[in-house]
Amino acid sequence: MTDHALSGFAFSPSAASAVRTVHARGGAPVALRGLAKSFGAKPVLSGIDLEIPAGQFLAVVGRSGCGKSTLLRTIVGLESPSAGVVAAARGDEARIMFQEPRLLPWARIVDNVRVGVPGGKTKADAREAARAALAEVGLADRAGEWPSVLSGGQKQRVALARALVSRPRLLALDEPLGALDALTRIEMQALLERVWREQGFTAVLVTHDVSEALALADRVILIENGAIALDIAVDLPRPRRRGSPEIARLEGAILDQLFGNGASEDALKESVA
Amino acid sequence: MRLELKSVLPFLIPAGLIVLWQVLASAGEISQSVLPAPTQVVAAGWRLALSGELWANIWISTWRALTGLAIGGGIGFALGLANGASKLSERLTDPSLQMIRTIPHLAMIPLVILWFGIDETAKIFLVALGVFFPIYLNTLHGVRTVDDQLVEMGRAYGMSPATLFAKVVLPGALPSIFVGLRYALGIMWLTLIVAETISASSGLGYMAMNAREFMLVDVVVLAILIYAALGKLADSGAKLLERATLSWHPAYVSR
Repeated sequence: MTDHALSGFAFSPSAASAVRTVHARGGAPVALRGLAKSFGAKPVLSGIDLEIPAGQFLAVVGRSGCGKSTLLRTIVGLESPSAGVVAAARGDEARIMFQEPRLLPWARIVDNVRVGVPGGKTKADAREAARAALAEVGLADRAGEWPSVLSGGQKQRVALARALVSRPRLLALDEPLGALDALTRIEMQALLERVWREQGFTAVLVTHDVSEALALADRVILIENGAIALDIAVDLPRPRRRGSPEIARLEGAILDQLFGNGASEDALKESVA
Repeated sequence: MRLELKSVLPFLIPAGLIVLWQVLASAGEISQSVLPAPTQVVAAGWRLALSGELWANIWISTWRALTGLAIGGGIGFALGLANGASKLSERLTDPSLQMIRTIPHLAMIPLVILWFGIDETAKIFLVALGVFFPIYLNTLHGVRTVDDQLVEMGRAYGMSPATLFAKVVLPGALPSIFVGLRYALGIMWLTLIVAETISASSGLGYMAMNAREFMLVDVVVLAILIYAALGKLADSGAKLLERATLSWHPAYVSR
C-alpha cells in the first residue's frame, strides 16, 4: 500500500493527469425518441420521449408492472426497443445495478468488483482499481472474503463498487435498495448521493418508493400505462432533510397523480386492506 | 477425550464385526470354505503382495478404470457443456443419447466381446459407456441451472462468451458436475468388476475368478475387500477435489 502511494507520488504529473481524465469522464446524456416496447402482443411502453441531461439524477417511479424497469433496461441496452430510438452511453461507460446484488458466489469480493474493470488492464492494475472502488464504498477490509459472509447491504455495496470501478458516465439503478431494511437503505441512499456528487455520472434510479426518489433525484418522472404521466423537477438543496415540507408537498403531488383519476378510492381501499 | 471418542465412533461397528468374524472363524463356527478368518485373508494378501501378483492386478484394473473414466467422462462432460449452452446441439444429440441411455450398459457385454474380444478395448469401452451418462446428465443439468441473473449480469458487464463460460457458467455448474463424477466413480468400479469377472486375463476381477477355480476363498474375499477400498479411495479423492474447488460454497466451508 505504502509502496504504491510512494510510486504514485514520484510520477505525480502522470498520476495527476490520470486522475483528472478519470474524473473528467463526467456524465453522459440520454435521449429517447418515440420509444415503444412490447413483449409479444403486450405493449409495455409507448411513445416515450425523454431527454436526460448529462449528470442529472433522474428517478423513475410508478406502480409495479408499469414498465419502469423495462424503460431502464432499454436505456442501458439490456432490452432492445420495439420502436423508436435510444441514444445513451454503452459498454463500460454505462453500468447497471440490479435489485439483487448478483455477485458471483465463487469469486472473492475483490474479484467480483474486478468483473466491472474494463478489459485491457493487467491483473494487478485491475485488482488495484477494484480495491480502490471497494474503499470508496467502505469495504476495503473485506476484499478477500466470499460474498456469502456479507450482509444484504454489504453485498449491494460490493455491487455498487463493481458498477463504479469503470467510472461509468451513466449509472442505471434498478431498485437496488428495494430489498434492504429501512436503516441500511438510508445509509445506501447517502452513499449513492455522495458518489454521484463526486463522480458526476448521469444516474437513472427506478424505485417504487416516492420518498426515496425525492431524497435523491434532481427530477422525478412517473410512468403510468406505459407513458410518462408526470415529470417534475426537484429543485431542493442537498443533502435533503427527510420530512421537510417541500418534500412532503412534492410527494403529495406525485401520490395524487398515482391515485387520482377515480382510481384513488379503490387503491386506498386496497392499501388499507 | 470427547473429541477422540467422536473420531473413533465410525470405526466401532466395522472393527466389532471383524473381531466377531475372527472369533467365530477361530472357534470353527464358520467353515473355511465359506468364509476364511480375517487373518487368513491378510495372509493371502501378504503372499500375493510378495509375489507381485497383487500389485500387477491392482495396477491394470486401476489403469482400465481411469482410462475409461477419462474417455467416457471427457465425452460426457463436453457434450453436457455443448448441449447446455446450445439449443441446436441439444436438439441434435440429446434425444439419441436419451435413447441409448435406456439400454443397461452391462447388457452390451456379449456384443462388446464379439466386437473387441476380451481385449483391453472391451473393458475400457464398457467403463466409458457406464460413466458417460452420469457425467453427461449432471453437467447438462448444472449448466442449465446456472443462475440466469448472473449470466445477464455477466453480459451487461461486457463479458465475452469465453469469459462468461469460465467465470460464470462453469463455476456455477461445478457442484452438479461433482455429483455426476462421484456417481460415475461408483459405476466405474462396478462395470470393471463385472467386465473383469466375465472376461479377462488380468486384473482384480480375473484374480478373484481365477481363485474361485482353485477354491481359494481367501483370495476371493481379498479381491472383494480391495475393490471396496479402491472405491472408497476414489470417492474420497473426489470429495477432496470438491472441497478444494467449492470452498466458496457455504455447504463446503471447512469447519
